[in-house]
Amino acid sequence: MKMKWLGLPRPIHPADKKGTAGMAIKPLTGFSRVTIPLDMQVGPGCEAIVAKGDHVEIGDPLGHPIGPWSVPVHASISGTVESVQDQILSDGGHAEYVTIVSDDLNTISECVKAPVVTDRESFLEAVRASGVVGLGGAAFPTHIKLNPPPGKTIDTLIVNAAECEPYITVDNMVCVEGADDCVAGALATAHWSGIDKIVIGLEDNKKDAAQAIREAVGRARQSEFWPSGGIDIKVLKTSYPTGAEKVLIRLINGRIVPEGGLPADAGVIVQNIMTLWFIARYLRTGMPLVKKWITLDGGAVKTPGNFEVPIGSTIEDVIEKAGGLKADPSKIIMGGPMMGVAVDDIKRPILKHNNAILVLTEEEAALPEESACIQCGRCFRACPMRLMPAALDKATRANNPAELSERHVLNCIECGSCTYVCPAKRYLVQNIRNGKSLVRAAKAAAREKGGKS
Amino acid sequence: MLRVSASPHIRDRVSTRSVMLHVIIALVPVIIASYFIFGWRALMLFAVSACSAVLFEALSRIVMKRKQTVGDLSAVVTGLLLAASLPATCPVWVLLIGNFVAIVVVKQMFGGLGENFANPAVTARIVLSVSFTAQISTFSVLGRFIGSDLASSSTYLESIGKTTTDLVSSSTPLAIAAQGQPYLPSALDLFFGRHAGCIGETSVIALLIGGLYLLMTGIIDVWAPLTFIGTTVLFTWATGQDVLVHLLSGALILAAFFMVTDYVTTPTTIPGKIIFGIGAGLLTGLLRVFSAMPEGVSFAVLLMNILTPHIERWTTPLTIGGVKHVKS
Repeated sequence: MKMKWLGLPRPIHPADKKGTAGMAIKPLTGFSRVTIPLDMQVGPGCEAIVAKGDHVEIGDPLGHPIGPWSVPVHASISGTVESVQDQILSDGGHAEYVTIVSDDLNTISECVKAPVVTDRESFLEAVRASGVVGLGGAAFPTHIKLNPPPGKTIDTLIVNAAECEPYITVDNMVCVEGADDCVAGALATAHWSGIDKIVIGLEDNKKDAAQAIREAVGRARQSEFWPSGGIDIKVLKTSYPTGAEKVLIRLINGRIVPEGGLPADAGVIVQNIMTLWFIARYLRTGMPLVKKWITLDGGAVKTPGNFEVPIGSTIEDVIEKAGGLKADPSKIIMGGPMMGVAVDDIKRPILKHNNAILVLTEEEAALPEESACIQCGRCFRACPMRLMPAALDKATRANNPAELSERHVLNCIECGSCTYVCPAKRYLVQNIRNGKSLVRAAKAAAREKGGKS
Repeated sequence: MLRVSASPHIRDRVSTRSVMLHVIIALVPVIIASYFIFGWRALMLFAVSACSAVLFEALSRIVMKRKQTVGDLSAVVTGLLLAASLPATCPVWVLLIGNFVAIVVVKQMFGGLGENFANPAVTARIVLSVSFTAQISTFSVLGRFIGSDLASSSTYLESIGKTTTDLVSSSTPLAIAAQGQPYLPSALDLFFGRHAGCIGETSVIALLIGGLYLLMTGIIDVWAPLTFIGTTVLFTWATGQDVLVHLLSGALILAAFFMVTDYVTTPTTIPGKIIFGIGAGLLTGLLRVFSAMPEGVSFAVLLMNILTPHIERWTTPLTIGGVKHVKS
């Protein structure tokens, strides 16, 4: 029975467009120059410890962490530092960029050696030193996520392999090609964080990945890190946004993350599968995060596929080495089409948390014209957080933070489902983001006022 | 030059226009049935109504210097629904006034599609029924369907000088039932719509086909129609009425699929839709059974339209993981 008939809340299912599914991850090499920003994460990044003219090798740290949230950034090719300069980021912020000109030798630094992990602290230190951030796209520092505030009991590590965004298939491929490392990473992370149950969540359109992981879990039973609660594999119905952290937790074990809370408040930690796969490889080899695995796709790309590219290589170079374009690019998205960020320049570098580069044609990038809300309720039914997007949109346009706050606007996860389904083509989530800023500003103003009196 | 915009970067194919097109398609069986029951004049009324609605919409947008919106097809839907709720003998000038009220007064003067608090077609019908009672309360049907409420129709037709393909005035089943006359159309005649009434309301089978189409394409959901019909049936049954007549004649089924499911003027939450359906059903029953009018669907829908913003507020669910605000 199609639930659609009954008009029950229905998650959306945009066209998969996963044409690159099953394509092996192909390394792209021979980049003559990389431009590595020293801030590629949530929270402050690094300050440069290299200067113009310095020689660097693959894995050499380029920056020194500014605060406890910062993770180091490493050289992704060997060669000479051409410049260290402040640049505007495509999101409007700014960061120091280190440009390295390749010596074509790809020498690996001496400091690259497998870390010694003996306890939770040394594990967290290793994770931080690896330079890893949430590779699912959020760029949240992994060592912070694995170290929840005191007083929270974590009983489950949820592995996010849902990959619910259209186009992207690289996580799926990482599961297929590196299933053992995926499982090993999850086991090590759970073990050192004292978590005794692991659940891996995938969507049912990734049968090959589910099979590979299942076999790898079978092989891992002898592991010294095998958790007492075991490893479950949950194959979830394909829909969007299954892979959104709060939604995934609800689908996996029915727990609700309270508004404004963390997954830790629901007793879980969620890690992206690629993050865990990378951690396993780092623990084995000591090679920090200097390469990134991405899906390159979109109507303008001649040869879509999955690629391994050095962090800091420009989108332009990556496209060229992958096979070039067949149409003029009209829009370039870092990430998926639902939550990815449109970049302003094809010369922007690949970042740690990029999991896809989508190059869209004029036709694909066309922006629809907004018309009046017909109050059909599609946005409301599509909202995974059970908000009323149309009402939030209206309250934002009316500049009404009180109403927005009353309607819990801050609980919006910005998945974009409302905008996707809207028949009037309204820019709902785009406005709701502004609405969130309104509420935050109003709260800050109230605090300031309270402080003064 | 690359285009930069905030995510999401893709959209579903569904548009306001495609939604309205589905509703128009759902009305096609009703329009076809109206030809067989009421003849060419019914088709003419549908056509004139839809065209005049579009014209009024286009003109009001021009006069108000606003962006042209006739392309969304919502005016066509309003025009068709207004015609559907009028009798075949309705004069064209009355129909034009009706469309003026629906489009210009109820819809555009409140800001256009999405801003009207009441259903334009329903409100226009009420305005017409109050202002032009004589012109729109003469119900007719093709002579060949006059049978069941008169002992011998052929002799009756001869006596008034009409043939089976002429429109012949007759009372609606609800009026007959209200007056306690014994000659009611059979259940089958009611189901196929072979009796006097409004051109889009009589054929239950055609309305069901359209309604099912809307349900299966996901344009509407079942909650409001189900509770609306269910409540009306229960109410008429509890008050000792002829349930079949109340179910199969009058505006009940047309309203169930096309009025109480109107996006703009009904709630979006499921509890809201249920409250709306029950409320409209109760009011319909009350008006039909206890008021001087044989029919009450229009007033019932209009009254619930007015309550809709409140129902929506009362039934707004708490966000997942949200904590209720405590009023300090």
